[in-house]
Amino acid sequence: MSDVTADPRFAAGRAAPRRRLRLSWSDPTFRAIVWQVLIVGLVGLVLWYLVRNTNQNLAARHIATGFGFLDRVAGIPIGETLVPYNPAVNTYGRALIVGVLNTLKVAVVGIVLATLLGTVIGIGRLSSNWLLSKLTAFYVETLRDIPLLLQLLFWYTVLQGLPAPRQAIRLGEVFLSNRGIKVPLLEIQSAHEWAFLAFVIGLVATVLWNRRAARQQAATGVRPRVWPVAIGLLIGLPLVVWAVLGAPLTFEVPVLRGFNFQGGGTLSPEYFALLLGLVTYTAAYIAEIVRSGIQAVPQGQWEAAGALGLRSGMVLRKVILPQALRVIVPPMTSQYLNLTKNSSLAVAIGYQDIVSIANTTLNQTGQAIEGIAVIMAVYLTISLSISLFMNWYNAHIALVER
Amino acid sequence: MSQAALADAPIPHKIDANAPPAIVLDKVNKWYGTMHVLRDVTMTVAAQERVVVCGPSGSGKSTMIRCINRLETHQEGRIVVDGTELTDDLRALDTIRREVGMVFQSFNLFPHLTILENCTLAPIWVRKMPKAEAEELAMSYLTRVKIPDQAKKYPGQLSGGQQQRVAIARALCMKPKIMLFDEPTSALDPEMIKEVLDTMIGLAESGMTMVCVTHEMGFARQVADRVVFMDRGEIVESGTPQRMFEDPQTDRLKLFLSQILRGH
Repeated sequence: MSDVTADPRFAAGRAAPRRRLRLSWSDPTFRAIVWQVLIVGLVGLVLWYLVRNTNQNLAARHIATGFGFLDRVAGIPIGETLVPYNPAVNTYGRALIVGVLNTLKVAVVGIVLATLLGTVIGIGRLSSNWLLSKLTAFYVETLRDIPLLLQLLFWYTVLQGLPAPRQAIRLGEVFLSNRGIKVPLLEIQSAHEWAFLAFVIGLVATVLWNRRAARQQAATGVRPRVWPVAIGLLIGLPLVVWAVLGAPLTFEVPVLRGFNFQGGGTLSPEYFALLLGLVTYTAAYIAEIVRSGIQAVPQGQWEAAGALGLRSGMVLRKVILPQALRVIVPPMTSQYLNLTKNSSLAVAIGYQDIVSIANTTLNQTGQAIEGIAVIMAVYLTISLSISLFMNWYNAHIALVER
Repeated sequence: MSQAALADAPIPHKIDANAPPAIVLDKVNKWYGTMHVLRDVTMTVAAQERVVVCGPSGSGKSTMIRCINRLETHQEGRIVVDGTELTDDLRALDTIRREVGMVFQSFNLFPHLTILENCTLAPIWVRKMPKAEAEELAMSYLTRVKIPDQAKKYPGQLSGGQQQRVAIARALCMKPKIMLFDEPTSALDPEMIKEVLDTMIGLAESGMTMVCVTHEMGFARQVADRVVFMDRGEIVESGTPQRMFEDPQTDRLKLFLSQILRGH
């Protein structure tokens, strides 16, 4: 674009004339300004009415506004928490944080799993294998045609249909019962922490090795193999560290005590049903996005790259995916936002996410406006964070066209 | 401009009859479902020979040329390219694809890569060439097609004629022995056809083996050693351009030529 100004044909031209605004209803600019003033005025009027009405009602009912209640003891029992929480001691503020973390726990895990499942199904639908493409098409059509709430209730009912802990279905040391899924938990010792540190070091080393490989390829044309080194650094190194430190491996195994299991890790039926529902439902949409993204790249791109001698894996990596991603990423952002917001349906099956806890807070304290404001602020923050990240990523992979 | 090209004298050219043939098609048959699109196509292209394939649309000429580098698979008969027979074998496919360059009607440049990156992608990843060397090679071919100054731009910023010349340079960067052209000028505005044809004529002068599907009869006259006329999936007639255009033997070729000339 810069060469346009440098072009002598354009340099000699005179400046474009400025448009004058006419005070006439037939002038489009004037008309647009009038409409905008009217609409802004109308919105302002509605807002003013709402605020005034709310204040009057609050005053009439003698409700004090403000966020002082956040420091009061909550007394809300919460089944599963990521941070220590005691209803007898901790405040509403703490309870809400627990709720936010529970929402994030289901949203983050859900987004990752839905992306993986959706991508696999989307590619499966493009398969030339008749059975695979029909099965995946059936999956997509079924899952996205049934309301999510119904699916959540279905999964929750199915999980409730599991036997009681005493008759739990046993798969090795994993127990399936209507109290959730109990798994053995690794007892963390210092050797494990060192092994994890070794893994992090291995990760950094792998990235450096990859860069070195790219440099070496640019210089000599031959790219050193990356994956054997990556496996050695990411898996081998932590294993060696762990083995040198005596290879400790003890698990805290769930044991039946009375009516429930003690010890081990738990996936509650509520969390598991919510996660399963959100992941399978969103994956159906993601599958369609992935499929259409890959199909949006013209067949000619495959042919041109193939004719140059590139093998299909390389064609996918170097030619097709970079073009497909720019079609895939924007609608993918919407699906991530949808999944996060849909997690508020947790309330229907008793998973204590932010909506559930804010709702209880609201009922106990009567601070409805503040409660709703907290919910809105939380979702707005999460959603904007997702949007910002995805927009950054989208700009990063955007196609320079002109 | 066809008239202008027609006025040019044919490029003097000699084919070594003893050299092994570049391409052999032996009774090649192909079906799309029940439609029989290639019928017993038999043809030999000598090394350094320049063949122009013409025929009405749907005659199978594009399908045939696409079979030569296996963008389409044939179901019957044999295709041997530079001594390698085309089969399901992936190693044979790799060999063929390196030896044979292809230029498409719709250019098919990679829109997310710069002109230079379009040209260096295959040399770097297939020929394992150092980046600097690949870029040097790409620049030399871009200079040859007269657009070295566009190297840093993206395909969308170039005109159709420029894009097609980049596509030719991109194919040449793999140093192919054989070049296939599938209607390279059909998607171009009239004023851009000449620049692409000139590039192809330059390539012919350098001694490249070429098979070219085109309706540019002026180009055929000037460059082709042989013109092959196809209709309804079979080769109907073939011969030197002069003989084909001035003394067509079959009614189908006569009809085709009259339609082509009326169009111009």
